[in-house]
Amino acid sequence: MIKAIEEQRSLPTKTTARRKRFSLTPWLWIGLAVLFVIIFLLYPMFFTIWLSFLDATSTHFVGLHNYLLIFTNSSLLEVLRNNLLWLVLATVATVVLGLLIAVLVDRVRFESVAKAAIFVPMALSFVAAGVIWRFVYEYEPPGQTQIGLLNALVTALGGQPQAWITDSRFNNFALIAVYVWMWTGFCMVILSAAIKGIPSEILEAARCDGAGEITIFFRIIVPMISPTIAVVTTTMIINILKIFDIVYVMTGGDYGTNVVAVEYYQQLFNFNNFGVASALAVLLLLAIIPIMYFNIRRFRVQEAQR
Amino acid sequence: MARVSFVHVYKRFDKVDVVRDINLEVKDQEFLVLVGPSGCGKSTCLRMIAGLEEPTAGEIYIGDMLVNGVEPKERNVAMVFQNYALYPHMNVFDNMAFSLKLRGVPRQEIKKRVQEAAEILEIAHLLNRKPKELSGGQRQRVALGRAIVRDAQVFLMDEPLSNLDAKLRVQMRAEIIKLHRRVQTTFVYVTHDQVEAMTMGDRIVVLHQGEIQQMGPPQELYDHPANMFVAGFIGSPAMNFFPGAQVVEDGDGVSIVLDGFGRVQVPACYVEKARAAKGRQVIFGIRPEHLRDATLLPAGADTASMIMAPVDVVEHLGSEVQVHMSANGTTVVARLDPRSHPVVGEPLRLHVDADQIHLFDAETEKAYF
Repeated sequence: MIKAIEEQRSLPTKTTARRKRFSLTPWLWIGLAVLFVIIFLLYPMFFTIWLSFLDATSTHFVGLHNYLLIFTNSSLLEVLRNNLLWLVLATVATVVLGLLIAVLVDRVRFESVAKAAIFVPMALSFVAAGVIWRFVYEYEPPGQTQIGLLNALVTALGGQPQAWITDSRFNNFALIAVYVWMWTGFCMVILSAAIKGIPSEILEAARCDGAGEITIFFRIIVPMISPTIAVVTTTMIINILKIFDIVYVMTGGDYGTNVVAVEYYQQLFNFNNFGVASALAVLLLLAIIPIMYFNIRRFRVQEAQR
Repeated sequence: MARVSFVHVYKRFDKVDVVRDINLEVKDQEFLVLVGPSGCGKSTCLRMIAGLEEPTAGEIYIGDMLVNGVEPKERNVAMVFQNYALYPHMNVFDNMAFSLKLRGVPRQEIKKRVQEAAEILEIAHLLNRKPKELSGGQRQRVALGRAIVRDAQVFLMDEPLSNLDAKLRVQMRAEIIKLHRRVQTTFVYVTHDQVEAMTMGDRIVVLHQGEIQQMGPPQELYDHPANMFVAGFIGSPAMNFFPGAQVVEDGDGVSIVLDGFGRVQVPACYVEKARAAKGRQVIFGIRPEHLRDATLLPAGADTASMIMAPVDVVEHLGSEVQVHMSANGTTVVARLDPRSHPVVGEPLRLHVDADQIHLFDAETEKAYF
């Protein structure tokens, strides 16, 4: 009996037939999903890449001309520079401030109230936040009543009112501050949850081992929540690479504050330059790929550990 | 190496005294066990030595230093936690080396000390592993290793064995005793398990509701419990108590009448103390192992102290027979010789070892003897 089964198993034709049947079934199941991915994701992506090699009206092939333009034209270079500034400053500020506040509120009696207050800006739309902060940054010439909160403070302290939004010395930082105000709460909530997940015994063990609070923060808390810090950081990076609303609402990209997403929008809808717009989109895509790769790899490592 | 002293120590959490007026001296190189049911304040005492809690009142000394208000890192005490509290992001070596690194011990010295400790604990082959790759017993060893690499003045252990399975617990119990002999440091060990307390401690402190009930060597606590709580807590199965006992004196001397069970002759050494209890509400106590099946007594044995009651349950354990019997609402457990054959529902006569009897005041619960 067993022998017969073994013989049957070793028959080559049957095995291949079975294998074929098995290899087809999963494709049937995921076929629809794959189809959607192709239509709504892969096709537009490759089409955009193709458009980036064509001219403004997508009629002539121009090779890398659009890319060369982006990397040589001074106003487009400024766009890239601004995005880089956003990327570094806004990411670091949100994550570091979020972490700091998460550690500090952990020791406050009215923790939930403090956390809620810091988290509330998250609930606003970027547009609403932009409008609120335009009031904060409002500028009136010296000698007049300053209705903007920031200038009112500055003049009350004896300083000169500044045009925060139009002065290219400050305006990028002023816009980044709005983003930080909105997103620090998000970072704080997630990091705070991770910090609370550290068993108190481990912190006590470290105290008995001779660690002070600062040592505990850097050598125990930060390494233990590093996966969460990575998640928050990559989320912020992806967010900031795509930053659009704050800049569009507050300056419209003028006064040297333009960023890639706003420039892309203007190239596409104001100048009808499909080539440059597509090239900008492709650049954003390229910038995000390594972050996504890092995210996915880290996710897999985490899954493997489970 | 140092002694630890508590002088009138109180600890209050939200208006509740968790620890009340603790006076205690742990001698240098002693193995002291704090034992009691959960919530008795034993862990709080330990955490106050470590500096993780501050006493509300009173003074704590380590060696000759008053440590009230001194940060844990300044106290040079090592603590082993119930859940091991290993640093999950560090491997075994780094876990053990952490305190030495913080103290700025030279790298070569760190390596040597960690290696030594790892060899004592037989975990030298695990130094590169992360805690999550270790079994419970191995983690426990790492936690011990983390404590012994330091020249800590005092070792504090907070129920370190309660997360291990029964077999491993017995094994680690013996290893901790060996470790104490080897490192010759003061150990303060917290447990709720009276078997651990009895087997490990040079001295035991029994705590209940934040107060010290009794302290002394294990045998003393077993033989002469100071009150009903200690009597009931030390020993397993617990001591039998007979409420409503009466001390009577007649022509045969002093004896104790147990309502519904019989009477017990008070031996000469306790007569004076028993007389003092005459006319008062008293509770008689006898341990299950000090009762014997009357049918198995050798010929000519003293039969003055006997109790009798119907048998409820018989449990054969192989090495002994445990019998539960009751009368007048009082249940008595006896550990009998396996040769005895009690029958459920039938009355059983037991001989009471009169030298091992205890008498408590019903009101104060303090022991007469």
